[in-house]
Amino acid sequence: MSRRLGFLAPALLAATCLGAQGRPDATLLWGGDAEGGAPFVEADPADASRVRGFDVEVAEAIARGLGRHARFIQVQWSSIDQSVERGDFAVGLSGMEDTPTRRARHAVTVPYFEFRELLAVRPEDRGRFSDLAALRGRRVATLGGTMAYDILLAARDSIGLIPVSYDDDVHPYADLAAGRVDAVLLDHIIAQRALHRLGGGFVIQPEAVAFGRYVGVLARADSALRDSVDVVLRAAMRDGTLERIFRRWNVWDPRQGELFRSVAGEGGTPPSEATRSGAGSVWAYLPSLGRAAVVTAVLSFLSMTLAVGVGLLVASGRVYGPAPVRAVMTAYVELIRGTPLLLQLFVLYYGLSGVVRLPAFLAAVLGLGLNYAAYEAEIYRGALEAVPRAQLEAARTLGFSETQILRLVRGPQALRYALAPMTNDFVALFKDSSLVSVITVVELTKQTAIYATNVGSWIVPGALCAVVYLAMSLPLARLARRLEQRWSAA
Amino acid sequence: MTKQALLQISDLRLAYDGRQVLSGLELEVRRGEVVALMGLSGVGKTSALRAVAALQGFEGGHILVDGFALQPGPVPPEARLKSLRRRVGLVFQGHALFDHLTSLENVTLALTHVLGRRREEALDVAMRLLASLGVGGRAGARPRQLSGGEAQRVAIARALAPDPALLLMDEPTAALDPARRGSLGRTLRRIAVDQGGRGLLIATHDAEFARAHADRVAILAEGTVVETGPAAAVLDGPRHEATRALLAAGDGS
Repeated sequence: MSRRLGFLAPALLAATCLGAQGRPDATLLWGGDAEGGAPFVEADPADASRVRGFDVEVAEAIARGLGRHARFIQVQWSSIDQSVERGDFAVGLSGMEDTPTRRARHAVTVPYFEFRELLAVRPEDRGRFSDLAALRGRRVATLGGTMAYDILLAARDSIGLIPVSYDDDVHPYADLAAGRVDAVLLDHIIAQRALHRLGGGFVIQPEAVAFGRYVGVLARADSALRDSVDVVLRAAMRDGTLERIFRRWNVWDPRQGELFRSVAGEGGTPPSEATRSGAGSVWAYLPSLGRAAVVTAVLSFLSMTLAVGVGLLVASGRVYGPAPVRAVMTAYVELIRGTPLLLQLFVLYYGLSGVVRLPAFLAAVLGLGLNYAAYEAEIYRGALEAVPRAQLEAARTLGFSETQILRLVRGPQALRYALAPMTNDFVALFKDSSLVSVITVVELTKQTAIYATNVGSWIVPGALCAVVYLAMSLPLARLARRLEQRWSAA
Repeated sequence: MTKQALLQISDLRLAYDGRQVLSGLELEVRRGEVVALMGLSGVGKTSALRAVAALQGFEGGHILVDGFALQPGPVPPEARLKSLRRRVGLVFQGHALFDHLTSLENVTLALTHVLGRRREEALDVAMRLLASLGVGGRAGARPRQLSGGEAQRVAIARALAPDPALLLMDEPTAALDPARRGSLGRTLRRIAVDQGGRGLLIATHDAEFARAHADRVAILAEGTVVETGPAAAVLDGPRHEATRALLAAGDGS
């Protein structure tokens, strides 16, 4: 008997634990991006460890209705869908748009807020850029992976404007004021907040380009919890809880009342009006992936050319230059190698924009090229110094000038030493070129991320992207191996 | 000898790495003469050759090469050394061939790029030099494919291509077996008497080689030449203890 009890005790304990896990938890984990900022979710100025915003209060209202405590998990906005599906948290709330793709891929709550996609333009363009059609041939910025971006992509084909994708919703407006783009298309809440923050430099056109709604996102398998959340949301619409929250954050308008009546009134959820994108199949994305691959290839090639040129100058300066030149070159190499490329790109594109306003692609070429130049310089310096000194002296006794020695004896041998590490660097640069998406250049990785966000999966886009990268980098590595073999055999 | 000295070193003083290496070296090499500069390793033989080839500056004394005077101080800029470069050739101990070029290209490079010879002419000169040194068959080989003896002969051909009046060689027998040493000695003799007479100054600690192939030896010790004279006389009847030490060290090896 006692033996049987001894056996049962751990089993009971395990059953209790399992039960606790299966039973509704005391906390409701919800994910959002505090980097997106107010009024959705932002770090509380009074206590940076807490968040505030209307989505925070909506999450708290949902948790209360479910009899739980809300606990916030910070997730990058573009990853919220993937993260909720992985089970990192139960509900994603952070201005999540109601799109057909999201509905197809995840369990989505009833919409709880209706937003308008508004155009922002510089004050002097108020008259001429009143709608998308007027922006033919112009650069129009938005946040990547959004409904607004899909609208711009469609407008690229129908109208001929140039969509520019950003990783955040602050820099598009700063670049609009600075003249880098001609318009910004984003949710009215974001536009108004940006206007408030920047205090001018652009105006918001009153006419809505499109309408959309914010929803909560849950994992596909969590539809039961989603149904409970829907019940809570509808109740909050009826009893005025949501209206109080939105009024407190100054985002209430009559359209929300209409939305609440239609959502809370009927049992079903009306399909979103924002069904412009329609994309999602692999074929629809192939042309844009192809374009992005070309951007990556051209960008890498130009950057490497710059890196080789500047690298040769810096290496020559370090090997042949007088002390002050050597010091400057060494400082350059150490500064570049000692700081992150990402930081250098930010400084070049945003930091210097007050002094010189570089176009994004040029900034990307300069950033990558000047960064890799430091590494190339070290390779060339090492290669030059690897040529035996006795050969250089032998050349001097034969009467060659220093320039001739470099050209005929030292350079050709250094090139052979440098070739393998140079190829490695080129392949590395090729992959590092994905970093320039932070300064709005849409290259292969960024395009893949946009694609993956839209179709809601990384598997096909990731595989396609990898194939394209390999198709470009493998032949390079092969070419280098062949050259090396030829030279070492000779 | 009545002939004018080709190389005249007087009172040469030279420091290397903060150490006084030569302190009053006196040495002469005449046309058609093979002179062995002998001494234990580290005694300053190589430094003396490097000073004559203007690869290294010196603190005091004079070096006169076929009418070209080198003054104390750092090495002058290459532009001022052009005529010296044509007068002096140097064969390095490790040969220092240009690794990326063939034997033939090693020899023609200075002919075409320094002396401005036409390519066909340079090829002709180089092929004849390589053939006369017994490495004509290795013209297309790269330095890495050559044996030590072959590389040395290519290096000699390269140094002789501009037709220098004075040829300096640093430890030429270091990597050669006895049979090849004899063959090298005969080659050097031929070079010395060739074309109206060249002077050869060979830094070596190989007493047997010097006795067999040098006209004169100069024993270097403590920064100066302590004994000089015809090779056989000095090496068979050493008067200075440094010479005896050198011979003893040679016997031991």
